[in-house]
Amino acid sequence: MIEFKNITKVFHTKSKDTKALDDVSLHVKKGTIFGVIGYSGAGKSTLIRMANLLEKPTKGQVFLNGKELTKMSRGDLNIARQKMGMIFQSFNLLKTGTVYENIAIPLKLTGVPKKEIKERVNKYLEIVGLLDKTNAYPAQLSGGQKQRVAIARALAHEPEVLLCDEATSALDPDTTESILALLSKINSELGITILLITHEMNVVQSICHEVAVMENGRIVEQGKVIDLFSQPKTETAKRFVQSIFNDKIPEELVENLKNSGQIVTLSFIGQSSGKPALAMVTKQFDIFPSILSGNIAQLKDEPYGRLVVHLEGSASEAEKAMNYLTELGVIVEKYQNRGESHVG
Amino acid sequence: MLASITAFFDNWSLEIWEAVIQTFQMVGIALAISILIGLPLGVLLTLSGPGKALENKVLNHGLNLIINVIRSIPFIILLFFILPFTKMIAGTTIGVGGAIVPLVVYTAPYIARLMESSLLEVDRGVIEAYEAMGIKTRHIIWHVLIRESRSSIILGLTISTIGLIGATAMAGLVGAGGLGDLAYRYGHLRYEVDVMYVTVFILIILVQGIQTFGNRLSARLKKD
Ligand SMILES: Nc1ncnc2c1ncn2[C@@H]1O[C@H](COP(=O)(O)OP(=O)(O)OP(=O)(O)O)[C@@H](O)[C@H]1O
Ligand SMILES: [Mg+2]
Repeated sequence: MIEFKNITKVFHTKSKDTKALDDVSLHVKKGTIFGVIGYSGAGKSTLIRMANLLEKPTKGQVFLNGKELTKMSRGDLNIARQKMGMIFQSFNLLKTGTVYENIAIPLKLTGVPKKEIKERVNKYLEIVGLLDKTNAYPAQLSGGQKQRVAIARALAHEPEVLLCDEATSALDPDTTESILALLSKINSELGITILLITHEMNVVQSICHEVAVMENGRIVEQGKVIDLFSQPKTETAKRFVQSIFNDKIPEELVENLKNSGQIVTLSFIGQSSGKPALAMVTKQFDIFPSILSGNIAQLKDEPYGRLVVHLEGSASEAEKAMNYLTELGVIVEKYQNRGESHVG
Repeated sequence: MLASITAFFDNWSLEIWEAVIQTFQMVGIALAISILIGLPLGVLLTLSGPGKALENKVLNHGLNLIINVIRSIPFIILLFFILPFTKMIAGTTIGVGGAIVPLVVYTAPYIARLMESSLLEVDRGVIEAYEAMGIKTRHIIWHVLIRESRSSIILGLTISTIGLIGATAMAGLVGAGGLGDLAYRYGHLRYEVDVMYVTVFILIILVQGIQTFGNRLSARLKKD
């Protein structure tokens, strides 16, 4: 659907040149919710603005449905842009327009027939749940409501893709959750592909199918969300996972417990998180497990849980227990304090 | 007392009325033309700036230079300085017709400058949102830039109108008449202080009225 090929972007300013994107390639498949996560300055906004060419690449190509945007004339690009809705952290509504006007004016300017405009405004205001605010001005709305208007404005053009630049970053946790639920619904019910960028792991966790981790203008890790959670490879990815699973155990305690057994991390994906695996271990082996930390997160399609467990007992018994757990489909790792080794 | 007031109006009402009409004519016509020139000029000035939709260094610097030069010349000097130009455009250099050209030359760049500062206040993000929807630049100018800054534009136009009224007083020097001219000729040159007081009073009411109207309209158009 959207494809970035070897994109490099250099910003020239008087004092210095900044390489905001460094040879980035990415493929967002039709129908998915694709998240790009990274810390501030990683180049996320620059990347998402490449998708509709609000920012022109220094090098590289952007494709939408196989057609190269980077080669299009201004007029063709404008038509292509109408297939891509975009929402922003700061909503970007007309202050001087009512909710109705905010959605209707862009429709009028892109040549939608008058009669249809009214239908579409009402249809999409209903989808975002704001029909009762039709005549309100943005100043009279809450942040979450403003974002809903912005979403309705984007949807009203009936796009194939929705680009979200930190769409929930200005909102409180409850409002964030409801906006994320709305985005998820838009994806599943209207079949709209979503590319979103964020610095919050819970956004990726709750709605994304796929995720890419960005750092210093590069994509350092990419894949299914569950893989990022269960097997983060880079330090940055580990820190993001840590922000959801805070399973750091005090150093002193770790040292103490090591004398009487092993400390392991057990990850449960999907159905295996339902089985009483630890109880079985206690029964079958000469092992006394005690849970030091535990967490379960609902990912988009499946639950993912993680326990840090102290296995008290002899090394050989512990070894057997670990093998047994692996057989049950649990991912077993030696415990190490994630995100401890400092980067940068 | 009453008799003297009646006598005053018998003597002067026609002259004053005529002066009011002349002032309104000059301000009205000059303002309309100045807006027609100043508004697009202000848009061009803004959009040709660095990082903007129609970025053009030469145009931007050129416009800035011209506007600054004109705006640094006091109106009374400008009035005489551009006499040949006035003659060429209006066909005359005297009367209301002769006053319009210098009034426009004086006011249009001022409006352009005020427009520029109004337009620069418009949130960059909204413009971007419209670009992202594939909307043409000329539509963005009208439906986003000018629309979003309309409240501030009205305030700017109010200031320009009041400045214009001040300038029309000096335009009396080319025989254009008007309230300022009346006050100057009779009040100052002929010591008819009553006439001066009355005209000054009318001018105060006029300026006050325009400012109040401008403020109200601006407040009504503002929705945040
Ligand atoms: N218009 C610009 N001119 C110069 N440098 C820029 C410009 N836009 C972005 N940059 C630089 O490019 C880098 C990446 O910026 P970008 O906005 O893409 O980061 P981000 O990941 O979105 O960060 P944040 O989470 O803070 O929004 C930064 O170093 C930034 O300073
Ligand atoms: Mg950003």
